[in-house]
Amino acid sequence: MAAATQHPFSAIKGKKVLMVGAGGIGCELLKTLALSGFQDIHIIDMDTIEVSNLNRQFLFRQTHVGQSKAKVARDAVLRFRPQISITPYHANVKDPEFNVDFFKQFHVVLNGLDNLDARRHVNRLCLAADVPLVESGTTGFLGQVTVHVKGKTECYECQPKPAPKTYPVCTITSTPSKFVHCIVWAKDLLFSKLFGDKNQENDLNVRSGDASSSSGHSEDVFVRKPEEDIDQYGRRVYDHVFGYNIEMALSNEETWRNRNRPRPIYVRDVLSAALSQQNGDMENTKISDDPLSVSAMVSLGLKNPQEVWSLVENSRIFLEALKLFFSKREQEVGNLSFDKDDQLAVEIVTAAANIRASSFGIPLHSLFEAKGIAGNIVHAVATTNAIIAGLIVIEAIKVLRNDTSSYRMTYCLEHPSRKMLLMPVEPFEPSKNCYVCSETPLLLEINTQRSKLRDVVEKIVKAKLGMSLPLVMHGAALLYEVGDDLDEIMVAIYSANLDKVLSELPSPITGGTILTVEDFQQELSCNINIKHREEFDEEKEPDGMILSGWTQALTTENNKNSSAGNGTSTSSQAVPIETVVDDELEILSGETATLHSGKKRKISDSSKASNTSFEEKSKRKADELELDSPIVVLEGSMEKDNGKKKRLQ
Amino acid sequence: MKGEELTEQETALYDRQIRVWGVDAQRRLSKSHILVSGLRGTAIEFCKNIVLAGVGSVALNDDRPVTEEALTANFLIPSDGERVVGKSVAEICSESLKDFNPMVRVSVEKGDISCQSVDFFDKFDVVVVCCYSLAAKRMVNEKCRKLSKHVAFYTVDCRDSCGEIFVDLRNHAYTKKKLDETMECQIHYPSFEESISVPWSSLPKRLSKLYFAMRVIERFEDVENRRHGETTIADLADVLKLRTELCQANSVNESQVPDSLLERLIAGPSEFPPVCAIIGGILGQEVIKAISGKGDPIKNFFFFDAADGKGVIEDILSNP
Ligand SMILES: [Zn+2]
Repeated sequence: MAAATQHPFSAIKGKKVLMVGAGGIGCELLKTLALSGFQDIHIIDMDTIEVSNLNRQFLFRQTHVGQSKAKVARDAVLRFRPQISITPYHANVKDPEFNVDFFKQFHVVLNGLDNLDARRHVNRLCLAADVPLVESGTTGFLGQVTVHVKGKTECYECQPKPAPKTYPVCTITSTPSKFVHCIVWAKDLLFSKLFGDKNQENDLNVRSGDASSSSGHSEDVFVRKPEEDIDQYGRRVYDHVFGYNIEMALSNEETWRNRNRPRPIYVRDVLSAALSQQNGDMENTKISDDPLSVSAMVSLGLKNPQEVWSLVENSRIFLEALKLFFSKREQEVGNLSFDKDDQLAVEIVTAAANIRASSFGIPLHSLFEAKGIAGNIVHAVATTNAIIAGLIVIEAIKVLRNDTSSYRMTYCLEHPSRKMLLMPVEPFEPSKNCYVCSETPLLLEINTQRSKLRDVVEKIVKAKLGMSLPLVMHGAALLYEVGDDLDEIMVAIYSANLDKVLSELPSPITGGTILTVEDFQQELSCNINIKHREEFDEEKEPDGMILSGWTQALTTENNKNSSAGNGTSTSSQAVPIETVVDDELEILSGETATLHSGKKRKISDSSKASNTSFEEKSKRKADELELDSPIVVLEGSMEKDNGKKKRLQ
Repeated sequence: MKGEELTEQETALYDRQIRVWGVDAQRRLSKSHILVSGLRGTAIEFCKNIVLAGVGSVALNDDRPVTEEALTANFLIPSDGERVVGKSVAEICSESLKDFNPMVRVSVEKGDISCQSVDFFDKFDVVVVCCYSLAAKRMVNEKCRKLSKHVAFYTVDCRDSCGEIFVDLRNHAYTKKKLDETMECQIHYPSFEESISVPWSSLPKRLSKLYFAMRVIERFEDVENRRHGETTIADLADVLKLRTELCQANSVNESQVPDSLLERLIAGPSEFPPVCAIIGGILGQEVIKAISGKGDPIKNFFFFDAADGKGVIEDILSNP
């Protein structure tokens, strides 16, 4: 009772907080912290403000578009609380300046982040610095807040995070059954092929190449021939990818035994000769220096992005967009990659996906929907962020009071569960099997002004940690890496680094630095806190460095995946095709499990892809659900089952 | 509504939320008119949420001058003294709120809302009163109910680190998605007076204790002719006495309304900003649901207590 009635200000006074993220949750959080009496707030965010942020990131205005979120948020809050101190950093939380010593100055760290990678990074730094962390995430009407205090509650990584959604390559290239498969095809294969780096091999290329050579032309069909009319080129590409390639696929009877046969589509079938010749009104297109504003929709007079276009309209958009790329944005062709904010790119991907969907009898979608799928755009509303921010502050105050028994993780639900819309659950104890928090973090005492990187790699990373193909990183800076896919320049840089003294590396290693060492083959990654020490006893400490906090058990536990690799894998894990672009991606997925105490709890996931909660089922079509997490294509699971994963370019 | 499209500007601004509730809901929001009276912290949070969501208009009502007290949980009042001199809380807040979203009309209604004629409320789709007295809540709710048009009525109260929302949507028709099917639903709400008149002994067994505690303090302020939140720890003995009387009259055990809870509610600060954010967020979502006619609305009370962290829906008088 005393704790509850006690004015929260007494716990807050003189306390220093670090906020990571000034986006949807961050704006709400900064406001609520300031109103609640917090007086020393530091805030890190590398992003700049975009128009689509403005519907919920209420500290930002139209005039702020393009400016630093952290800085604008600070100025906005100081307008109603000028006496407090807010320190903004327009920077990546993974930058080396934000090391353990930096984190140690804070009494609590509050996360309002949008990606797994940064969340893990902050989790590890908080553990290393022994600073409590309050973690959060929202999507649509769902959200969660969790408390991570070293030694008392589970860390952010105690619960394994599911891998991103993957699709077999053949589903994408040959047998799509959902609209998302068509989007992946249009975005990662066709778009890259048409406008990306021609030297990048992808499956569309392989297949088209094979097909072409067998029918007598060996040149790449995607290359515009010299003097070739742009309309002619567009129709040739259209007929090839939507017509000829489908005919080729149909010739493999085995594939279609238990599937609906797709329909080849040719320009002449869809558009009358006159219509296909008819140009879009290019003069109508706004003359603008901004290539991102060129639009096939505008030149064809289609206005509503919510509308589902017919096959004819999609075909016209496809041809018009292709033409606009080659006429208005020719210098970019050859080095473009898909960007959700590139209108013309979204248009051609939408149209291509829809034409392919028509072939395979899959329902067509609007540009608005296609853009959400292709861009992994998260669903976000202001109210959920406000609620979650309020819950974060309540937990932060408990942490500052050291009121351990009151810590809760709280779920914000769309539909009540046992009458509750906000459901608190007692936090769990740290997992004994968690490689991140179960052992005291590794500590390496070393003379950073004398020892070389080679000493660390040979004596510690290889000899003690047992890594065979190690990668050594300091923040975002790669210091050392081995692998047969490195180019000569990188090999030279890395070998030069090996002979450099730690404190003289391009990203200097000094006392307080955290090194990340990883071995992709073993799926093993750990952090080493560096402590500078001048002298070592030559007899007792012959290595000239001391590693502590390491036990053999950790090695075996985390080696569990090493036997799964068959030596052919190019990377140990599926790599997301693109990182999520906007806001709070990660959410609870709401799988209900019964636990030790007989209490129910919801297992939180980093991605909504793998498990579908009842909240989500009722909210969105199953088809859309799996799209929100990064899409990865799993290569060859049908034709050749070698388990090889590959990142599509 | 058919045939009217969102403008390009609206589509760009509301992109992320349209992905949550759809274009149709966004169109309905942009045509709705909201009245908010009593601009305490919770109401301010609510205003921010619905202005960002893109409602058609918001009318603010609060004639209090800007004082130290009005500033506590209010992020709409800038600290530069000049601008606020001689202005009411509603006038200052409307200026700041306009900046949040140029597509929403923000205006000020002066005077005591509870004394307005029934017709006054006809121009609104949603009426929210925050930290109102028992008598004023009753009056506004009754006036809204006299209209043939369905005006959604909400009350919100915050005391210490607790909050309460009351909802009256009269007869509310809406759709909800279950798995892949859209269901049509209809529910009936009791009025505020009907709800609080239910004898305590016939209420659900495990009802939130906050319900009783809020009724006791509300009643105390009513009989003592106090304004909302004017009760202090000095009144504790009298509040406990009233609690005992009400429990006896309703034949419920006094343990339903613990001393400690009543003490906390009257001793603590009137507003706790994190709770304002939470209650204002839940209320924002409810109003969006009511306007869009999408999703199960709260029926008919919601309670949040930061001490246990639970946000609970209670259905008082489920069959009016
Ligand atoms: Zn852990």
